[in-house]
This record gives sequence, C-alpha cells and structure tokens, in this order.
Amino acid sequence: MAQTYNPAVRGRSRTDPLSGLRIAVTGGTRGLGHALVRAALARGARVALVARDPDRVGRVAAATEAHGIVGDVARKEDIHPIALQITGLLGGLDCLVNNASSLGPVPLRLLGDTDCEDLEVALATNLVGPFRLTKALLGALAASARENRGAVVLNVSSDAAHNPYVGWGAYGASKAALHHLSRIWQEEASALGVCFLSLDPGDMDTELHALAVPDANRSMLKRPEAAADDLLDAIAQALAKRAAWRPRSGATAAAKIQTSLS
Amino acid sequence: MIVARPRQRADAKLLVVGADGSLSHATRRELPEFLRRGDLVVANDAATLPASLHGVHGPTCAAIEVRLAGRRTLAATDFTQCTALVFGAGDFHGRTEDRALPPALAAGDRLTLGPLQAKIERVLAHPRLVELRFNASSAEVWAGIARHGRPIQYAHVPEPLALWDVWIPIAATPVAFEPPSAGFALDWRMIAALCERGIGFVTLTHAAGISSTGDSALDARLPFVEPYFIPALTARAIRRTRDRGGRAIAVGTTVVRALEHAAALRGVVCAGASFADQRIGAGTVLNVVDAVLSGTHEPGTSHYELLRAFIDDSSLREAGAALDAHGYRTHEFGDSLLVERGEARGAAANAPLARQREHQSSRTIRSPAPCR
Repeated sequence: MAQTYNPAVRGRSRTDPLSGLRIAVTGGTRGLGHALVRAALARGARVALVARDPDRVGRVAAATEAHGIVGDVARKEDIHPIALQITGLLGGLDCLVNNASSLGPVPLRLLGDTDCEDLEVALATNLVGPFRLTKALLGALAASARENRGAVVLNVSSDAAHNPYVGWGAYGASKAALHHLSRIWQEEASALGVCFLSLDPGDMDTELHALAVPDANRSMLKRPEAAADDLLDAIAQALAKRAAWRPRSGATAAAKIQTSLS
Repeated sequence: MIVARPRQRADAKLLVVGADGSLSHATRRELPEFLRRGDLVVANDAATLPASLHGVHGPTCAAIEVRLAGRRTLAATDFTQCTALVFGAGDFHGRTEDRALPPALAAGDRLTLGPLQAKIERVLAHPRLVELRFNASSAEVWAGIARHGRPIQYAHVPEPLALWDVWIPIAATPVAFEPPSAGFALDWRMIAALCERGIGFVTLTHAAGISSTGDSALDARLPFVEPYFIPALTARAIRRTRDRGGRAIAVGTTVVRALEHAAALRGVVCAGASFADQRIGAGTVLNVVDAVLSGTHEPGTSHYELLRAFIDDSSLREAGAALDAHGYRTHEFGDSLLVERGEARGAAANAPLARQREHQSSRTIRSPAPCR
C-alpha cells in the first residue's frame, strides 16, 4: 500500500553497497551478463535482466529471483518499453550495466571485407543501444543519486577498444566509441551524482569469445564468474564514493557545462 | 492559438506573471534569470505510462479503447488494479469530446486488451469510468502494457506519440497517466544552469492523471485522487529553503497539488506517500508554493483554476490576452508560463489551516510518514 511505498529506505545493508541495489543488466542470459545477474542476486541486489530470446529470459528469470525483460537494445522501438519495465518492476534504478554486445561479422573479418550492415549492427548494439537506454534511464538514475542511493552506469568495454587487433574492426571501433561516450558522460553527469564506468572484464570463456576465437585455449581464459565479481566490486566502490556526494558539490561541474555550452 | 509539435523546442517561450501582475516575455531558456539564489525548484519526476490500451469488450465483441486513469498506490508490485476510462470505437484523430461511448459496461465484463485479460470490477457512477482488475501478476501487467500500450494521444497532435515523446528528460518512475508536461521545460542543461546559480533542484513523484475525459460531467470531477511520494531529502530542502527566505518554485500543477496537500496535513511539508485529493482554486490559501511553472491552460480547466490560487483574475485575464497576442503555443507540448504568487495571496503565516480543509473532499486523509 501507499503508506509503505518508500523506495529510498528499502533494506540496504551496511556491509555491502550492493545489498538492496536496484540493478539492470542487458544481455543477462549468457556469458558475463548471466554471471553478473547471479552474482548481484547473491549479494542481495534486486535485478532486472534484459535479453532478446523470450525462452532464455523466461528460463533464467524462473531459475533466479531476477525480473526477466524481453527486448533488443539494438532496436529503437524496444528501448522505452525496456526502460518502462526496468523502472516499473524495480520501482526506480540505481545501476545500469550495458553488457549486451555484438561482435559484428562472424567469423571475424578484415575491415575491407566487412559488410556495412555488420558494422551497423555492432554500432547499434554496442554504442547506440547503450546510449539510448542510458538516456531513457538517466532520469531514474539521477533521482536515485538525489535520494543518496548513488547511481552507476557500467559500460562493459574491451581491450579491443584500445588496441587495433586485426579482424576486430567492427567490434573494436564500436567499443572504442562506447568507451569515449562513457568518459564524456562521466564529465557531464558528475554534477548529477551519476557515475559512469567503462571497464574491460578481460578475455573470458564465453559464447561471444568462442564465436570470435573458436580455437582459443579455454583454460587460459578468465571465468565469467570471476570477471562478474570484479565488476560488481568496482560498482560497490563507486557507490561507496558516491555516499560522500552532495548536490552542492556539483556546482563546479555544472558551471563547466554551462561554460562549454554557451 | 498555435499547437506545438510534440518535441522540445529550443525557441520555446516563457511568459512571467510577476507577483504584482506585471508581464515579462522571455525565452524558456532564460527561466533561471527569473529565479533567485536560494530558491528551490521542485519538479515531478514521474515517467508516463503507455496508458492507452485498445481491445475488445467480451460480452459484445465491440472494439474499445481503455485509458488507465488511476491507481491506489505508486508501488511497482501492485499493478493489478486500476481505474480506467473506456471509449468506444475510434482513435485519437477525433476529439475526445466526440468519441463514441463504449457499449454498456457492467461488473464482471471481461475485456481483452492485447496480451492482457481484465475484468470490470465496478462501474464508477459513470458509463465510461470503471474499476478494472487484470487477470495477471503485476510483472505480467508491466510486460503487457510495455508491449501493447501506447501513450494517451491528443487530437491536436496529428502523428501518433511514442513513449519517448511523452517522457520528460527527468522522467524516473513510470506512474503518470499523462505527462507532467511542465517538466518538458527542464532539460539537463537547464538543471546545470540552476545549480550553477545556487538555485536548488529537487523532485517528488506524483501520478499525474488524465487531463480530459471527453465528458463534461466527468471533467468536472478532475483531477482525480492522485497518489504522490515526497522523498525525505526533498521535504528537508523545502523546509530549509523556507527557513532561509528562499522561494519554492513548483514545476507543474501536480507539484503544487502534492506540496500543498502535504503541508495542509501538518503546516509543513513532510516526507512520505499520500493521496492528493483536494481541489485548488481561487479560494485556496497556498502554504508552501511561491510560484508555479506551467503550460498555458484554458479558463474552466482544473489547471487554470489552480492558477487562480496564485494571482487575481484580472492579472490572469491579461496574461491570457498576452499569450494570444504573442502567439504562444498551447497544450502539453507548448510554451510555458511562470506565475508568482500575488503579494496579497495567503502567505503561510496568515493562513489558518482550517480554511484549507474546506477545499478538500470528505475522503479520509491519510497521513504521510512523520517528519524527521
């Protein structure tokens, strides 16, 4: 009932900043995303996962306490229905993890052999989708920051965003753009108390990696569960820093925004 | 008047009606210049639901449109019940006033609304207004309206509106049935500009209801009872602002309604969830809000009535004439009006709370959480 409606005081434990955290993970039924969903739930977070395949979403949601949302971040028409369900089901949002990723052409190709459409798919999933979803949810994240819950956007990056690996053109270019988007948004949104992270989880033993490098020595690859723990620790750390934030401290950043836009 | 396209315009205009009735024309971008260091801007961060659901009335197989219009709570986990308006066949290109009545509705009628099944629990004293219960869990209702629902449309906007058209930039929790449209004035650059000038910015969440039912008898009952939630930090910021002589600037009529409702309970704004059930009009004494940013509204609407609490009728008439003369854009996506509370209008100090109560319905007032 309305009397108990108070999103700001829902059980957050003092020990782990992730306890009670409202977190959404895209690409949450496979690989790193799936590991993030399970690890966040284990640490007491309230989780909404987003993925394209209704059967997989249903299966993962049924096997966990997560809310399952069917949608494709690469499709413009899906973004607001996804954002609506995330904020509706969780009653707001403290953390968004843009994890869903597309390799581009499979098998990997030289840029000269890459179809334009494959590059567009990589950009739609890895850059434009995260931009749209973050923009749609920025109001909810800023509200969370105002209520001193903290607010974090984690964009899953890659060392291919920094290094020019042969054959990784579509993926690497889209991840490089996402990394830079994160950096600029971090500058702009610090005044709102929303923290942007762009982190490389390392080479993991996932379906995506198997598509890219079918003959990789899997024993040399990081387990997605270990990478998920690292990323959640980084989110926890960002939230702990955020606890010291007050709107007033954003005044300098706000002045910077004003100056650069005028 | 000119009707606006459904998007933010860089050239949106602002008419400022001063406390002395003076009129100033400006661009909306210049809003911060009419505010003072130490003022506090309070906005409604409700996101808008895709509340229009087309479907079929089971007993007659007639095509209907259901517009969700009210919930008894803001809680995400309780979305199985709704009050709703039911229209007959037709779409938004016709004016709401001209829409056909639905087939005769009765308790127990089944409705199919895309992927959702619902049952009419009660007809609420009007052939269009019902209490619905979805035959689904709250999670299924969220998925169903996300897939099948559309934002409530307006006959004056020719292209169908998508959800991204009706979410204001600060939209957070999806609880509004129509957009809290004054909030279209606030983009992130504007919020940075406020912050830089030492003007505070806080939010509350108010389930803004429908603006028109297409029926004059029902319209006379607007606004319906609307749940709202005031975060503790917002309540504290308002008290601190008032203690220091700053002004509370409400972005939108929903914010006025929520803050004045909360203040009428105890004399100061307390944090918590409650239901705004009062009507605000010329006789209402405002205890908290010093100015309201609003769209332009026509005389006779509940929004216009609310403005009458801020300033005398002759000033409002002059403002209306100026809006017409200078081609201001009206309706949800139009230009803005900033109305300061007239000097003679009840400041909190001389406002006996008993007078406030006269304007509230007999519905039981639920207390918000105690002030901390």
